[in-house]
Order: sequence, then C-alpha cells, then structure tokens
Amino acid sequence: MNKMLTVDVGRCTGCHTCEFMCSFRHHDEFNPRNARIHTTVFLHEELAVPVVCSQCEDAWCQRICPTGAISKTTLEDSGARVVLVDEQKCVGCRMCVMACPFGAMMIGPHGRAEKCDLCGGDPLCAQFCPRGALRFVEAEDPEVRKREKLAARLAGSYREGE
Amino acid sequence: MMTGWHGRILRIDLTAAAATVEELDRGVAEQYIGGLGLGTRYLYDEVDPAIDPLDRANKLYFATGPLTGTGAPAGNRYMLVTKSPLTGGIANSNAAGDFPQAIKFAGFDMVVVEGASRKPVFVFIDDGKVSFHDAADVWGMDTEQTEHAVIAATAPDAKVSCIGPAGERLVRYACVINDMGRAAGRSGVGAVMGSKKLKALAVRGTGGVKVADKARFLETTRRCYEALTDPYIEHFHKHGTPGVLALVNTYGGLPTKNFQFGTNAYHEDISGERLAEAQSVRTRMGMGCPSCPVACGRVSRSRGGAYTVGAGPEYETIGMLGSSCYTNDLDAVTQANFICNRAGLDTITMGATIACAMEMYERGHIPRTDIGFPLPFGDGAAMVRLTEMTARREGFGDLMAEGSYRLAEHYGHPEYSMSAKKQEFASYDPRAIQSMGLAYATEPRGGCHIRGEAQDVSIYSVTHWNLMKDRGYEQPLDPLSWEDQPEIVAELQDWFRLIDSGGLCNFMFYLGMDEDQLRDLIEAATGMDMGGHRGLLRIGARIFNLEVLFNRRAGVRASEDTLPPRMLDEPLPDGPGKGYVVHLAEMLPPYYAFRGWDERGDLTPEKAAELGLESELAGL
Repeated sequence: MNKMLTVDVGRCTGCHTCEFMCSFRHHDEFNPRNARIHTTVFLHEELAVPVVCSQCEDAWCQRICPTGAISKTTLEDSGARVVLVDEQKCVGCRMCVMACPFGAMMIGPHGRAEKCDLCGGDPLCAQFCPRGALRFVEAEDPEVRKREKLAARLAGSYREGE
Repeated sequence: MMTGWHGRILRIDLTAAAATVEELDRGVAEQYIGGLGLGTRYLYDEVDPAIDPLDRANKLYFATGPLTGTGAPAGNRYMLVTKSPLTGGIANSNAAGDFPQAIKFAGFDMVVVEGASRKPVFVFIDDGKVSFHDAADVWGMDTEQTEHAVIAATAPDAKVSCIGPAGERLVRYACVINDMGRAAGRSGVGAVMGSKKLKALAVRGTGGVKVADKARFLETTRRCYEALTDPYIEHFHKHGTPGVLALVNTYGGLPTKNFQFGTNAYHEDISGERLAEAQSVRTRMGMGCPSCPVACGRVSRSRGGAYTVGAGPEYETIGMLGSSCYTNDLDAVTQANFICNRAGLDTITMGATIACAMEMYERGHIPRTDIGFPLPFGDGAAMVRLTEMTARREGFGDLMAEGSYRLAEHYGHPEYSMSAKKQEFASYDPRAIQSMGLAYATEPRGGCHIRGEAQDVSIYSVTHWNLMKDRGYEQPLDPLSWEDQPEIVAELQDWFRLIDSGGLCNFMFYLGMDEDQLRDLIEAATGMDMGGHRGLLRIGARIFNLEVLFNRRAGVRASEDTLPPRMLDEPLPDGPGKGYVVHLAEMLPPYYAFRGWDERGDLTPEKAAELGLESELAGL
C-alpha cells in the first residue's frame, strides 16, 4: 500500500465540496476559507483546479521550519506519505508559507501553520468528491492510467494509418 | 449560540441609507425554518398586503436556510420573498450559487431591504460592515457588466446579485440574477428591486456555518450521497434540464403554440441532446453550484446575435421561448435566453407572453400595426426582437412588459393568457399531466412548476418518496388520472416548503433524497426537534397557509384557484392526453378537504388552531 491524494482536473466541476468537508473536519464549521484544499475556478475557460499539498519527499516547508515543527511520516493503514505540522512547536512565523511553491501551506484561524494531513489516512474531501476528481488511491494508479490513455490514442492513430 | 442559523438578520433601509442588525427569535426560526418560511413570516408581519408592489413600502427578503452554506448536497439556495408586481400576491423566487452562501458566511440568516433610494445605489455587505455606493455609472448595465463593475468597485471575492435594464424599467416579470446567470426568476422580484433603485447587493463573507451535531450531520450527508444514485444524474450532468424535453413531448405535455397542442413535431430540433451538439453546450465545469454533487449548469454558445456565450438555456426556457412559440430555431432560442439573462427577465413569462401575442396576432386580435412587424408562430427572429423590445419597454415591448395576462386583457381577450393568478404556466400542459393543473391552480404564487413538483410523481417516475410509499404506490401515478392526485399535490406542496426553507435544491430530492434525510439534516444543523413526519408536514402546511393568508389579505381570493378556459373546456387535440381537459372541479374539493379548508377554499378555524395561525386567521 502506497496511497496518495490525486487530482483529475478534467473531472472537477468547481463545486467546492472538498473545501466544505475539509473545513468541517478540521475546524468544526463549514467555511471554505479555512480549508486546506482550495479549488480555483476559471469561469471563462470552464475549468476548475483543486490545489492541495503534494506531501513532498523533500519538503521545502520542513527544510525551512526554524522550530522543527514539520515532520514527514508514513501512515500505517494506507502507506501514504504525509507531511505534518506539530501545532505545539509551531510559532506562526510563516516561513513555510513562503517556502511552499504550491501555496499548500496556510495560517489557520489561531495563527499557526496548518496543512493537509490526509485526515489521518482517509481524506474526507476524496470521500465526498462527487465526480471523482479527487481520489485517495495507490500512487501508481494515476500514472498507469495516464500511460494507458496515451497508449490507446497511439493505437488509434496506428489503426487509422494502416 | 445558535447553529445552522446565525440568529442574526440584517436590515437595510435604503431611504435612510442605514443598516441595523436584529436578532432572529429562535421560536420563529423553529416554526418557519428559514428561506421561504422565514421570508413569508416576515413579509406577513411587516408589509401591508394592500400596497402597490412597486411602492417603497414593499420590502425584499433575501432569506437563506439553516442548510445554506453547509456541505449538505446543494446547500446553496436562498429565497427572495416580496409582494409580486405580476400577481399582486406573494412572490417567492429561488436561486443557487455563491451569493446565497455568502450571506451566511457574512453572518446573517436573512437580509431585509426596505424603503427606496432616490438615486441608483448598490449596497456592499462586507461581513458585518454595510456601505452604500452611488450606482449612477452602473445603472443601465446588463447583469454581467454589473457583476464585473460591482466586484471591481468592492472586493474581488464579493458575490453579487443584481438587476438588469428590465428590472430598472419595472418590467413586471424582471428577475434578479446572481453569479453570472443564476436567476431568482419569477413573479417580478427584479421590478421590486428596480422600484427601490437598488441595482445590486454585493456580499463578502469570511465566516463559517456551524452545526449542532457534527457526527449526525456528516453521517446524514453520507446517506444523502448514497441515495443520490439515480442513473438520471449523469444525464442531468451532461444535458442539464433540457434533457427532459423529449420525455415531456412523449407524454403530450410539451406546450406548443401557446398551449394549443401538447406535442411538437419539431421537438427533436430543440432537445437537450441537440442543444449539446448544435450550441456546443458544455457542462459548466467551473460553475457547478457550490456543494452540489450534480452540476447541471451549462454554458452554451450562439452562432450570431449580440451575445455569443452564456448560461442556460434551461428546459423551461426552451419550452416557452421555443416550443410554445413554435420555433425550431435553436439559435434564436439561445439568443433570446441570453438577452433575458443579461436584461434580467424571467424566461418563462417572456416566452409565454410572446406565445400569447403570437396566437392573438394570428387570430387577428392584435393588429400588426401595434406590433410594428408580423408575429406569426415559428418566427424566431421576431421572437428575439420582441424580447429585446420588452427589456427596453420599447414600442410594443412596453405592453409586453406587463405580462401575458395584462396584454391579453388589454385587447379584450384575457382567455389567451395561459396563466394562473396572472403568472404564466411553466412548460407543462396540465391537460396531459392532471396533477400539474391542480398545482398551477392552487400555488400561492400562481403558475409554477417548482414549489411542489407535481410532475415528478407521474411523468418523471419518482416513486422513492415516503408520500408515495406510505400510500402503497409502487409505480408512478398515471399522469392522466385525477383521483389520486389531490392528496399527493397538497402533501408535495407542504414538504417541498421545507426544502425551500432549509436552503437545499429540489433536484436533490427528485434525484434520490427523501424527507427523512431533509429532516435529519435540519435537526442535526439546528438542534431542533421537528416532531417526526407529522411535525415536518405541519411546518410545511403552516408556511403554505401563511402564504395563502397573505394573498387573501392582498385581495387574491380562493375563486382565483382556477385555470384559463382552454384548460378547463378545450380538450387537448393531440398526444396521449388527446381528449382531456383538466379535471379541476373533481380535484379541488378533495384537495381543500385534505388541507382542512372549507368548501370555498378558505382556512378553517380548526385547521388554523392546529397550525398555530389562529390570530392570523382572525385578523382577516
């Protein structure tokens, strides 16, 4: 088991259910602004793109944290790699917010850094994503599916060329 | 602290350019829930029903429900309640999108707008802070331009609800548009906003919505998702509401030539499937409503015309601007739909009024010289032109702007207006769907398809609801039967009141959810006890009866629970409903009896006591 949270942009309708569920899980209220995942809507392109922490192997947020509040671990059940913030150690200096290239690190209502913790191994956003744009799956799955999709297209062009 | 509700109401006085915050009484909240119910209670208590709807004494209630702004499926709706300039009775128009949720995130359950500004104004609610802005530069703009301009003048994350030129010109069926094409569509709520010189309401909210019982709320939401398994969801996602057009035609209920026929030979040319091909309609990936698992909204494109891209058209729009006007020109229908959205016009009444004018023109009741050009059925270009003229009240458009009833009455033939209580029918011929006839006749806001979806239990084959199962119906009702319909229609009207008061979208229920889940969500959010099935229906009936009582005080009598002579006396000439009229005389008495009303259609003291409406009845 080596699961990860994957994003399929083509399936996202911009319903923000992920944000609702995330804020509900972590802040006991529905408030998309306090979510740790955010979907940006590009109305005129008819696109919506969710952005969430990638749980980096070499996490810049962890590297820069001056108090050692950020650690990396592997979740037991899912084998998922997760980068966690220890709220006790965090002093709210925002260095991690600056370091993260994805904007996935944020400052919560209490002034401490917070980020996606994969809900401890069964992310609520993926459970409720109504169209399967967010999935918590084996890390290899999305790559394999992408390769197979491309292969199918290549096969199609080969058949046409014959 | 209250949960689900915030317990706070924002009152905006446009005359004084001042705002105050009031407490929402918990007892009132439990009796009326929110949305439709809460707006109705306040309208009843605060607005003299005898006033001219366009008088400054009328008020607008932007009412959310306890589930608005939550992650419950499609918890994204608000109700705009006021006195209608179209019917003279109660108006309630509903819309989804980001704007309704923003009201909740700003910390309010309802925004009341009263008085009138002397000059065009827009109001910005920034969490608890309210500011009034000169709208001189925005006045005259269409709804999309307005939204852009107001966002530019306030905050990038402000959510905007506004009127277009039609609302400014007090077109009696002007709507209020939010989030680039979501419409609080019917009964002329936009004209009331225009009469107050209120161009837009912008809201920025940064707070959240709490619930009383987190675990129960989450568990219920999970059950809702599990219930939303209807295979039709995929069809709905792809084709939106126009996907049903072919089906309605099959049942012979597709209004054709102003309800002269129930089937349309051209229906395939204007179907949802054709729309998807021809107008390169796409499900709007960026604009599913917030919290909605279905995402039925679409973007379509028009070849030619002033506007090339926009929201819709929805089924009702195509039915009225397309089928009822007998045009198979989908480009014209799409263009007219865009004009309506930009100008802020209700597409249903617009289409119905054009169809009415077309029939009267063909019968020689409206002279060509009055209109300025020929107006035969099927002329898509004339239909588009008349829509533009109506938005501007230009030439014949000035009369069109009064709606079909006043138009037909002006020429001495009100019988050609296909309306109830002066509000036009939606896109279902009630002769082919008998329950629809009863719903049109009895709905307090007049011709309406959505407050109690009477079509669902017959032609849309919904059988999973308690109200069907409890009565032993395993199959959908025969749309042509009238024996079973009265009880079902009344109960539908009552429990749909709860959906519209809770802040959810009706479609979730049609697509799988039921009363139990609605009750569990409201109870988990608010911590109230709704008193089971009977308690829930009692709240629904209380809201419905209060709407009716407002109407009675406004002069809308029980004798107006009726339909035009075409529906009652002219048998449908085609389709499965051939030979049928609406059997209203058979359906009304059992309907009144089930409601606990007397035979004239008025609330009895006994029923009023049961609902806690004694003093309201006594005050009549």
